[in-house]
Amino acid sequence: MTAALVPVAPETPAPGARVATGRRARSRRRRTVLAVLVAALLVVLVVTLCVGERSYSPLQVLRVLTGETVPGASFNIETIRLPRMLSGLLVGLGFGMGGVVFQTMLRNPLASPDIIGVSAGSSAAAVVAITAFGMSGTALSLVAVAAGVAVAGAIYALSWRRGVQGARLVLIGIAVGSMLDSVIAYAMTRAGVYDAAEALRWLTGSLNSAFWAGLGPLAAAMAVLLPTLLALSRRLSALQLGDDSASSLGVRPDRSRLALLLVAVAVVAVATAAAGPIAFVAFLSGPIAHRLVRGTGSLLVPSALVGALLVLVGDLVGQHLLVARFPVGVVTGVLGAPYLLWLLARTNRSGGSL
Amino acid sequence: MTLRTAPTPADLAPRRPASARPRRATGLAVCVLAVVVAVVCSLAFGSRVVGWSDVVAGVLHPDDSIAQAAVASRVPRTVLGLLVGAALGLAGGVMQGLTRNPLADPALLGVSSGASLSVVLGIAWVGLSSLTQYIWFAFLGAAVASLLVYAIGSMGREGATPLKLALAGAATSAALLSAVSMVLLTRTDVLDTFRFWQVGSVGRASYSDIGQVVPFLVVGAVLAVGCARGMDAIALGDDVATGLGQKVGLVRGVGALAAVLLCGASVAIAGPIGFVGLVVPHLARAFTGPSHRWLLPYAAALGAALLLVADVVGRVVARPQEIEVGIVTAVLGAPVFIAIIRRQKVREL
Repeated sequence: MTAALVPVAPETPAPGARVATGRRARSRRRRTVLAVLVAALLVVLVVTLCVGERSYSPLQVLRVLTGETVPGASFNIETIRLPRMLSGLLVGLGFGMGGVVFQTMLRNPLASPDIIGVSAGSSAAAVVAITAFGMSGTALSLVAVAAGVAVAGAIYALSWRRGVQGARLVLIGIAVGSMLDSVIAYAMTRAGVYDAAEALRWLTGSLNSAFWAGLGPLAAAMAVLLPTLLALSRRLSALQLGDDSASSLGVRPDRSRLALLLVAVAVVAVATAAAGPIAFVAFLSGPIAHRLVRGTGSLLVPSALVGALLVLVGDLVGQHLLVARFPVGVVTGVLGAPYLLWLLARTNRSGGSL
Repeated sequence: MTLRTAPTPADLAPRRPASARPRRATGLAVCVLAVVVAVVCSLAFGSRVVGWSDVVAGVLHPDDSIAQAAVASRVPRTVLGLLVGAALGLAGGVMQGLTRNPLADPALLGVSSGASLSVVLGIAWVGLSSLTQYIWFAFLGAAVASLLVYAIGSMGREGATPLKLALAGAATSAALLSAVSMVLLTRTDVLDTFRFWQVGSVGRASYSDIGQVVPFLVVGAVLAVGCARGMDAIALGDDVATGLGQKVGLVRGVGALAAVLLCGASVAIAGPIGFVGLVVPHLARAFTGPSHRWLLPYAAALGAALLLVADVVGRVVARPQEIEVGIVTAVLGAPVFIAIIRRQKVREL
């Protein structure tokens, strides 16, 4: 299962030159893919600012961004589209990177935080806060982050038995998740129908509540958490070789796993608090990034870029291309189902992970 | 579990203790007694406190007093609780036996989310409005989803391991439920109907609804018990079962049909109720050992008792409101599930 992830160099009896060529080709591919992803992301960012009820030319957008006041455009772009774009970007980066950390560490492409109940804590707390206490805005986000981290901690603690095994963590996560789902269902029946609709919209994940006010905390949290996760990525690569190899490389398995989980959970919880658990972004980003980059190397950055692309493109599609205005989570959720089938069909043939 | 198909009676005699059969029969009698106690509790306790004389009168010939009317309204829900609990217990036993998987459960394996999607589409597009009409849609959705999850979970080299099945169930549920919310977001009226169905409850059904699902439950139960012997053999592995003269494919097919009938009918009438199908066979196995011919009746009786008790708990803890039974079973069942996982060795998962 891990064979593809282990560097091939020591096993290949070929001369050094061939190994070097292969390695160069892989890193060239990786650089190309990253460049293409960044370019695509930039294009999507510009399109997000330009297209809407009223569309503006990129030139007008540029004028607004440099501080000029363009009648009409200024309000639309500065007050509405820019915060929406930025929070879509941040949330997407967070889901993409957080998701791939889970999938890599648990060695299962299905084990993303939204499937194994890690996001369920945030969701349940938010739904209760919306329906029972009528919360919104920053208070709602705080509750969601706190509950997300607490539930993930509980899942981790419950799966602790002389160390944490991936399979046990996944199954306990699923159990806790389905328990919290019934709490959500209960809260929905006790609410008025408008609160229930609001809660459902939150549960699906949408960027509709993205304004400047909430952006500051989100940006600050991501600015701390994403680099921390990147800094931990060496440990993640070591853990992929198995616990024994990781220890011999000077990486303490349990402690590293805990640190990675903590930061990844915090990233996912913050992103969830900002936009709701946008369905399947955390689940899809890692495998898509893996398919693009192929070879070895950390998937954190490519996956984060893919996540941001998914959220922004999904939002564009949901807002402008469908019959009704759908929140982004609906679009990504519908993408998820066929991907799931394809993923499992492929796993059937190769038996590989991620 | 090998005992039954062993070739000669001489082999059987020393290995099966003479006391096993009476002990199991006594155990079953105790289970039935538990069901009776649960039925009495279900009739006697509810959000309204009533005296015992009113309970008796309310069941036999209710007059117009509020207390007796309250008791009378508990009768259909008790009947439904019995049926659904027994069905879920049986279905759980069959699913765990067929998949050789200690974690199989209708709700965890995505069966109820299939039913949910199907019901929502029915409400939104075909204009279903009553429970009677949901039933067929729920059935169809449950059947399709359960086959899909099993197909997905059993792909790959090791077949349907518990881990893969559970993940396949959770992921399929997530995919189906996002399709559900796509419909609900545009149709607030559908949301208003659906959110009450989505919480599993036995409090809504009438006798005519119950009458509609009873045939399915009966056929499902008969099929389930019919393949008990086959499942005992399958527990030894497919090759051994074939060697013992079982038609493995046939047993699997009949068992799967039984599970789909039982789950589909209970989801259709009561909504998704999780963890009963998971927990009950484990409880039953503690008394009976692995033989399915004993396990299944135990599971049916314990399932009925457990569901009724959960329903009573839900009615009593939040007086004067009620907590639906689906929520009580999830809150009580998840810890049991976690305990089961913690006890297993990870290699077996």
